Amino acid sequence: MNRRNFLKNTGCLAIGFSLNTSFIDVPSPMLQELPASIKRHPNIDAWLQVLANGHVRIFTGKLELGQGIGTAISQVAAEELDLSMDLVEIVLADTARTPDEGYTVGSGSIEQSAMAVRFAAAAARQKLLELAAQQLGVPVEQLTMNNGTISTRNGNSSITFNQLLKGKQITDKVQAPVALKAREDYKLVGKAIHRSDINRMARGEQHYIQDLRFPGMVYASIVRPPAYEARLQQLDENALQKSIPGILKTVVNGSFVGVIAQDEYRAIKAQRWLQQHSKWTAGAKLPVGANMISYLKSLPTQNEKVAEKGSIAKDDTAWIKAQYYKPYHMHGSIGPSCALALYENNQLHVWSHSQGIFPLRESLAKLLKLSEEQIQVTGVPGSGCYGHNGADDVAADVALLAMAYPGKHIKLQWTRSDEHGWEPYGSAMIMEPSALLDSAGNITSWQYDMWSDTHSIRPGGDANNLLAAQHYATPLKEKAGFSGGGYRNADPYYTIPNQRVDAHFFKGPLRTSALRSLGAYANIFAIESFMDELAEKAGKDPFTFRLMHLQDERAKAVILKLQDMISTIKPPANTGIGIAFSRYKNSASYCAVAAQVNVQSNDAIQIQKMWAVIDSGEVINLDGLINQTEGGMIQSASWTLMEQVKFDVQHVTSRDWVSYPIMRFNQVPEVEVMVLDHPNEKAMGAGEAAQGPASAAIANAVYKACGKRIRNLPLQA
Amino acid sequence: MNTTIHIQVNGKKHSVEVDPSTPLLYVLRNQLALNGPKYGCGLQQCGACMVLINGKAEPSCMLPVAAAKDKTIVTLEGLIQKDNTLHPVQEAFVQEQAAQCGYCMNGMVISAVSLLNENPHPDDTAIRNGLQRALCRCGTQSRIIKAVKRAATKNAK
Repeated sequence: MNRRNFLKNTGCLAIGFSLNTSFIDVPSPMLQELPASIKRHPNIDAWLQVLANGHVRIFTGKLELGQGIGTAISQVAAEELDLSMDLVEIVLADTARTPDEGYTVGSGSIEQSAMAVRFAAAAARQKLLELAAQQLGVPVEQLTMNNGTISTRNGNSSITFNQLLKGKQITDKVQAPVALKAREDYKLVGKAIHRSDINRMARGEQHYIQDLRFPGMVYASIVRPPAYEARLQQLDENALQKSIPGILKTVVNGSFVGVIAQDEYRAIKAQRWLQQHSKWTAGAKLPVGANMISYLKSLPTQNEKVAEKGSIAKDDTAWIKAQYYKPYHMHGSIGPSCALALYENNQLHVWSHSQGIFPLRESLAKLLKLSEEQIQVTGVPGSGCYGHNGADDVAADVALLAMAYPGKHIKLQWTRSDEHGWEPYGSAMIMEPSALLDSAGNITSWQYDMWSDTHSIRPGGDANNLLAAQHYATPLKEKAGFSGGGYRNADPYYTIPNQRVDAHFFKGPLRTSALRSLGAYANIFAIESFMDELAEKAGKDPFTFRLMHLQDERAKAVILKLQDMISTIKPPANTGIGIAFSRYKNSASYCAVAAQVNVQSNDAIQIQKMWAVIDSGEVINLDGLINQTEGGMIQSASWTLMEQVKFDVQHVTSRDWVSYPIMRFNQVPEVEVMVLDHPNEKAMGAGEAAQGPASAAIANAVYKACGKRIRNLPLQA
Repeated sequence: MNTTIHIQVNGKKHSVEVDPSTPLLYVLRNQLALNGPKYGCGLQQCGACMVLINGKAEPSCMLPVAAAKDKTIVTLEGLIQKDNTLHPVQEAFVQEQAAQCGYCMNGMVISAVSLLNENPHPDDTAIRNGLQRALCRCGTQSRIIKAVKRAATKNAK
């Protein structure tokens, strides 16, 4: 199917857009701020189209990552247009079809895309009502809307969306003020609506990028160097053909090596053969045997002042100090990264689970020296990614192969070892908080220094940060990324009169980029562990001590609710309950977490139960919010208790699930989530709210259970 | 080196022209166009590729297709009943919304069906043991346990 023509061939309806002032809940244009995505893509039909079968199709520039965004956005659209959920279809990010909404990151899809769709749908509703009023000869106030039909209140006449639009679409611009549906009239938003994609997953229907199949499709594999910066010296294509006959093509460009074969197993066998029989230079040496904390602190740094308030008495001898450490973590997608590509008639079509298909298209154009118009990238869900994993890299790999082998769809499925060995990890971090307490137990001064590598090398429109570009005969150098992610949540949300927060960025031994919540996980682990240490010194219980330092009533509310939830629990011997709190990015969801942990005499740590109270403002999908928060706690429990990327002098040695263990069923805690709904507050994403506080709650519980204060992750008692 | 191999999948006989050492997973996905069993690690460590072999959950990512030719193989798709309704375990996963990205769901459902075949009323520990081989990264394990309990309750009725 040629999707480029899809938009071209759809008709337009350009009728003047007049505001109907009869809506009493129309806010003043001065008061109503349009969502940023609407400002960039103001036309209604960029977001919403009425189909011939009466369904409404929604376009989002975001991708489904398992967060249930497709369902949440559909709910918002169905609500504004009074449709049942089964009449709403959704098209996910596609450079030829949907608005460009950048990256699907930072828990921003509800705030950006769902709100854009809400405004577009509400504007469409206004327009449809006006058209119906003209057609039926009655005022708008006498009309009702239900499942694509607009009727007069007396029931005498009605007309469908399609009859009104006659195959055209609403091309008017969304302009403030838009009359949004009153919250008390909501039937869908805020409810725990089931995700329709889960049924399809349970049936094994096509859903993932891995499930895409095309006639004549061929399969590829990639041979990565044995070390960072190792260069290919010798590769014998003829010997490969003799050992594994039937290879369609071997593509070598500098140290970029790919193999294309008729069937997948042959591509894998060729990869193994080449890994064993090719010669490479030694490449970069990784630091082994060193204490990682002193090694990383010894590296040159770029320093940035994050926060400063009041004055800091550096020479005071009463400073209470501690040092915390978080090792490198993996994204650990259960399905390794995968992409497909077809190059035909000077056009490249790439299928990708990248979180940013528009910037990826720009990066690919530069890498391949094509124009952006020659490239279409279609977003297709992959396995959960939790940040910047191998998705963009595998797309670049397969695009290169497609250019070298035109006319066939090529599928490239990275192996487990490819993903574990080459994905950009979450950076190792060192955190050093210190504080002064007054006689009443208040924190008067706070200093915080943190050391980290970058938390984003997303390609962002350049070719440099794609692995293939770095392995080319004329390699591109990695470009520095977004440093701000490192000090996300580095300044405490607590009220402290004198503060100084500094970030120190090093270039560490491993490739790093965005992993769910970026630096917030480690910063909150440190801050919230330290808060318990300070509480003990101040002679206060952890709840009281936190509440003493908070002004924000919503922050206090989640902590008080958590206290209430666990008030009757009496932990048995060798068992403790720890708590922690954070407001993600200090501007998004509030979350308080408690963990009950048992520490056995052999020092084995078992997390028995975790509780969370979360406030994400207006709730769109209640079950989606609970699911994200449960999962956030369990994923964080795995990071906190078990995970660190291991390496030797040559390269990463954590290349499978034995050398990089993650939590299995026998260790998974029971979880319970309480949601505080604020229907009149801004809706905020929740996918990254629980990870930080979960880590410190566990560490604080270990201390309560056995008296050991563990400051280095993973926690080992 | 391709040979013709006959395998029985989801109640149907199939003959495939394939290198006999090809892992069963690749044959199921690429030759038979089934989506249920997924590639996760190729090392029998994560459970994404689980299928029922003679009624028991087994990883299919390392098993040569030649070794599967006399066995009865059922995939996620094969659990769907003749009237197109879901198997009680699949239905329980939908009811509990026991997924985020859902990539692990195949291994979870197949493991649970295998477990409930052997032990229709498993307790919490038996459920965890029955699912131990299958990894989930999104952290939906608590929902998966609830889904298996829900399906087991249906067994009692």
